[in-house]
Amino acid sequence: MRAAESISGDVADGLDYPTGFVPALLDPGCATPALVAGPRGKAADKRFNVYRNNVTVSLIEALAAAFPATMRITGETFFRAMARFHVRETPPVSPLLFEYGRDFPAFIERYEHARSMPWLADVARVERAWLDAYHAADAPALPPHALTSLPPDALGDVVFEAHPSTRMVRSAYPAVTIFAANRASGPVGRIEATEPENALVTRPALEVEVRRLPPGADVFLGSLLSGEPLASAAGTASARCPEFDLATAIVVMLEAGAFAAPGRMRR
Amino acid sequence: MAKLAIHADRGASEGSRFPAHRIDGLAGTSFKHQHLTSILDDEASNRGFFEVHAENYMGEGGPPHAALTRIRQDYPVSLHGVCMSIGGPQPLDKAHLGRFAGLIERYEPALVSEHLAWSTHETTYYNDLLPLPYTEATLQRVGDHIDEVQERIRRPILLENPSTYVLFRESMMGETAFIRELVRRTGCRLLLDINNVFVSATNHGFSALEYLADYPLEHVGEIHLAGHAEQEDDEGDLLLIDSHDAPVADAVWTLFDIVIGRCGPIPTLIEWDSAIPDWPVLEAEAIAAQAILDRHAGAFLREKSYARR
Amino acid sequence: MSTKSTISAAMLASAVAAAVSSFAIAAPLSEAEVKAAMDAGKEKCFGVALKGQNDCAAGPGTTCQATSTVDYQGNAWKFVDGGTCTTMQLPDGRKGSPEPLSRDLPS
Repeated sequence: MRAAESISGDVADGLDYPTGFVPALLDPGCATPALVAGPRGKAADKRFNVYRNNVTVSLIEALAAAFPATMRITGETFFRAMARFHVRETPPVSPLLFEYGRDFPAFIERYEHARSMPWLADVARVERAWLDAYHAADAPALPPHALTSLPPDALGDVVFEAHPSTRMVRSAYPAVTIFAANRASGPVGRIEATEPENALVTRPALEVEVRRLPPGADVFLGSLLSGEPLASAAGTASARCPEFDLATAIVVMLEAGAFAAPGRMRR
Repeated sequence: MAKLAIHADRGASEGSRFPAHRIDGLAGTSFKHQHLTSILDDEASNRGFFEVHAENYMGEGGPPHAALTRIRQDYPVSLHGVCMSIGGPQPLDKAHLGRFAGLIERYEPALVSEHLAWSTHETTYYNDLLPLPYTEATLQRVGDHIDEVQERIRRPILLENPSTYVLFRESMMGETAFIRELVRRTGCRLLLDINNVFVSATNHGFSALEYLADYPLEHVGEIHLAGHAEQEDDEGDLLLIDSHDAPVADAVWTLFDIVIGRCGPIPTLIEWDSAIPDWPVLEAEAIAAQAILDRHAGAFLREKSYARR
Repeated sequence: MSTKSTISAAMLASAVAAAVSSFAIAAPLSEAEVKAAMDAGKEKCFGVALKGQNDCAAGPGTTCQATSTVDYQGNAWKFVDGGTCTTMQLPDGRKGSPEPLSRDLPS
């Protein structure tokens, strides 16, 4: 076995091929790298284009797979064009493709051709949260009856731990309704929702679930997830949102499996 | 959860979490989640194996792991790494290598493979199997990378030959010589992708049979077969694309038959990763490969028994 | 100004009891039920969860194959074809359809 130390400057020469190869991968205006050729003096332009194509198309398709509702809203042609700009500007930095697209909603927000759809970025945020929940660690969710087994006096001091899959997306638009309509099969017609919607995304078992949060519940859940005890979080939400209903908020969160069961052991 | 964890810990010293299914002489297919129900319902598909891309199981939990766990209970599994960037000059991503090792420990795959290619440069991941020049410098660097992987996972990997569309002007040796030398230096084994041989041979105008004659077949632990697509190069000549979106081509079946005739029945995988058909179509390809493996297995058994007399 | 209301232990206990007792009827809905709820305009139906979408949206996977689709060039942003944005009518009369621009960026 050779020691790692033996890799030194003398063999470093001839190891810079990626530097010559990569600039043209994401820039169609960049010429075919001089370091490659076809066999027996043949040209390498169309040959190198196979690599440009593989990189660009596979990354566009990764975004299409992660953001299917977004693509359904814009249509495929629009989506692919938008995704192509994003792929060139922000290629992935992880070999795990399901991590790709975190910056895509922000890109959509400033993409000039998507300006007439100001809610589109939030739909994409719900989709990104969906994918995070899909791949999150498995853990049992807090069962509803766990709360009733506590003495009433102790309830106010209860601190919850987020389930690993729990994500919240706040939107100034009816993002959840638009998301749901475009992920469901069947035609998408008139959307009746008029209120801003905050999404709660969870995966208590194997299926990802997306819910609208009732008014004020985003504040409530946000407080709980940052470690505030139950009574304090309820107080904050009531003060910030007059329509906040504590029982409704608790139902939604328990039903969604937003919290981890106590004492769980992570694999 | 807690019970499972305790059981797994004990299992590490006492044995396996999964049955030790044998993979010798079997044909298998890429495992696609949309086929899971069909596979489990299919009485006929009780023989074979499944291959997965390691990176798709590097999330912490969720449906991917549930599906792979279910498949692994009934079948041998081959873990195929796509993104290690072994063929790149920069140091391997230690975190990625750690995740790869973790999957091997978790799923006890019958086969573990990676590519003679690179996909990451600096911090950018290009999501394609990019080619490298074949020089003494790259030979040494790739050899070091293979050593590092094998030391970390404590078993040899199968290294897959790439399909390529361009050649590097600075290459000093052929691909078969490069691969043979890697085997000699690292003790790695080989995944022979016969479709890749055919694609590269067509694209660069060499003979696939000569490539195979020069390739160290005795180190092959797995074979890949796949479909390809046809395009044209700058001169209007045929340029094959390793697209994995179609049935295996007749010429590739012929080469496969020749290889198995020489080497005996080696685990063989049908790759189908794009325009994925219904399960029976994919299964039919595996059945065709199994028939060839079985035919030669019979011949090899007879040869052995004659040799004993 | 106070940013917090005081929630008494009794209020909390009754809210929790009410919440937990509602569980028999608050199971997540199927895709069809979600659609029905939306069609009926039940905008306050907050517990509605969209489920059953895992198979068709499992997210991206790695590739070790090349693609035969050619789509790497196009700096051109030409036309937008039928997404649901053209049929979705949103609040404040916002239609959501992207303006039909036609132009080519320098490539």
